[in-house]
Amino acid sequence: MKRIVTFAFSLFILAGLQAQESDVQHRLPSIDLTTIYGEPFNTSAIENNGNPVIISFWALWCKPCIKELNTIAEVYDDWVEETGVTLYAVSVDDSRSSAKVGPTANGNGWEFEILLDKNQEFKKAMNVNMIPHTFLLDGKGNIVWQHTSFSEGSELELIEKVRKVARGEKPDNTH
Amino acid sequence: MSTRIIIITALLFLFNSNFLLAQNPLSGGQIHGSFQTDMQYYANDNILGLSDSSLSGKRLGMNGFLDLLYTNHDFTAGLRYEAYLLPMLGFEPQHEGQGIPYYFVKYQKDWIEVTAGNFYEQFGNGLILRTYQEWNLGYDNSLNGLRVKLNPAPGVTIKGVVGSQRYYWEKFSDGNRGIVRGADGEFYLNDIFPLLKEKQTQIILGGSMVSKYEKLTTKTTLINDSIFQYKLPRNVAAFAGRLNISHRGINFLTEYAYKMNNPSQYNNFIYRPGQALFSTLSYSQKGLGIILAAKRIDNMSFKSKMTEDANVLDINFIPPLTKAHHYSLANMYPYATQLNGEYAFEGDVVYTLPKKSALGGKYGMNIALNSAFVFDIDKQPVAEGIAIGQSGTYGYTSDFLAPGGTLFFREFSMKISKKFTKDLKGVFIYLNQVYDKDIIEGHHNEYGKIYSHIGVADITYKLSSLHSLRLEAQTLLTRQDKGNWASMGLEYTIAPKYFISVADEYNYGNTDPGSRTHYFNVAAGYLLNTTRIAVAYGRQREGIVCVGGVCRQVPASSGLSIAITSSF
Repeated sequence: MKRIVTFAFSLFILAGLQAQESDVQHRLPSIDLTTIYGEPFNTSAIENNGNPVIISFWALWCKPCIKELNTIAEVYDDWVEETGVTLYAVSVDDSRSSAKVGPTANGNGWEFEILLDKNQEFKKAMNVNMIPHTFLLDGKGNIVWQHTSFSEGSELELIEKVRKVARGEKPDNTH
Repeated sequence: MSTRIIIITALLFLFNSNFLLAQNPLSGGQIHGSFQTDMQYYANDNILGLSDSSLSGKRLGMNGFLDLLYTNHDFTAGLRYEAYLLPMLGFEPQHEGQGIPYYFVKYQKDWIEVTAGNFYEQFGNGLILRTYQEWNLGYDNSLNGLRVKLNPAPGVTIKGVVGSQRYYWEKFSDGNRGIVRGADGEFYLNDIFPLLKEKQTQIILGGSMVSKYEKLTTKTTLINDSIFQYKLPRNVAAFAGRLNISHRGINFLTEYAYKMNNPSQYNNFIYRPGQALFSTLSYSQKGLGIILAAKRIDNMSFKSKMTEDANVLDINFIPPLTKAHHYSLANMYPYATQLNGEYAFEGDVVYTLPKKSALGGKYGMNIALNSAFVFDIDKQPVAEGIAIGQSGTYGYTSDFLAPGGTLFFREFSMKISKKFTKDLKGVFIYLNQVYDKDIIEGHHNEYGKIYSHIGVADITYKLSSLHSLRLEAQTLLTRQDKGNWASMGLEYTIAPKYFISVADEYNYGNTDPGSRTHYFNVAAGYLLNTTRIAVAYGRQREGIVCVGGVCRQVPASSGLSIAITSSF
């Protein structure tokens, strides 16, 4: 039994290594979420007319997440105007606080698209361990960059990457 | 065992086709994953009473996992390797071990999705079914079995699940836990009825059913020298219905659940059915959000093993209706849902004073108010001479609308967030709390109620666009339990890669002068994209860590800890 598992595990890794060499792009999985009004929303509908998309995983109980979204909210209009970017803020709050997500986002004056991932299915499918975790998608829907946690000034790195992607360049992943 | 072999065969099939047939539509898969390891070296500490004998050689704790996901067009396969060698302090001894407790394959095409293996699922708000994982709590109640999800028509989602739940490392075998079956339907009426399509009112209806089958155990009780045998149900069913209506900024959500008689260790083997009602009403517009929530829970513990009463094998999830706080002293006394009965109300207001207004100043100001009350439900004896909650009886009767006299928890909080200048901003919190430590933590008349005032000031100053300094000062004032606390922390960050912090929590008000302990801690971290490495050294006070409805008591410790996390 153990051998079978080990064998499958090795194949898993090999298959992955082989796959990484091909030119297949890292794309979003198709997961059912809801809007803050309970309306069904599948992640395959995340798009932005060929412009970059930011997906940010957050929750009301996560202090740096709130900090990140508040910081971006202050400059969001400028970002949208300059790069055409759209931000989807995906809340992983469970039913303890998911009903508060919409009113709080609205009360904070955030103008992002807010989605609810109540049982963290999207979070798991995206391999998010800790939040905030931010993904950047190019105009074709490929995930081209990702980043976790937030500290004051991290938004400057994010917008730099967004600008590159908006110009059709690849973001530099080395720093 | 056989499921595991089938899944592994399926995995092999997937990968083989990937290797052999380059032109096969299955070629071009992707592998992604994540990884985390937390390690702590536990040192001796005279003040905390930690010595060679109290640690009994368990010097090093390590919790780690590796998650892998393979996707190829309509197929997804995944597994998670976990190791608790040895489990870190605060985790159950049963966590000890390593292996692959989670693996699955999923096929998803057009309107059908089938998962075989382990999965996480939630029906509605989770009142009768929610399986989920919280790594930091060591909590995982995943179902291992089959899940089918169908979208037969626009706006219609039907789900069916069957499986057995994770029970630490124990393999599922005859009678060591029950089998869970369930079905859920959700109907988004605006997509179903063309008449509602363009309407601003949105309506969602949902209904679910869950049933647990458990092999009969024999249980007897002794009353007046006579032995009585419990007649325990093999099958326990639960039902729930929900409604969500929204119109412009108004959103109303309600769910009611009913669970048939389910005598268990948790409810002291009473035969009373369970009920839960959970409702929220909110209104929001740009700059203002108002939320009201109410909940009534009556005998709603629902586990797939009737003799288990620890934080495992929960089939359902009853959320606590209290605010989750961001600061450590505000989280000293966190509320946990009382599944055997509680009445809870919560209100929230979030308001942003506009920029350039008299009070808002140049940058605006954000105010958040929260208030929560949790009481016992009304409980009356079922008959004269029978105690409330007497095992083997109906337990009690209860007037649905009458709150019981006992206050479990009460809280009022006010939070102000303000940016003063381009470089200076702050968060200020006042919190007033009443916490019944005996009831919430399960003690017997040892502590009573704890009345506390908590204050927090969190100030961030930007030294340059990437360098910033954050000062966090907190205080908790109470005459009960361990008395007053104060804490101070300083954090220096260089975005987006580095942080260093020092902090001290001081229990200066402890009535025992020998216990007026400083909990001093230094930490530093490095971050590159999705990889984070953090090192900390110092003392940690004992505390309760809660995520959602589950709480874990973590004992005090002293030593060096390292955490590495990455996703790819």
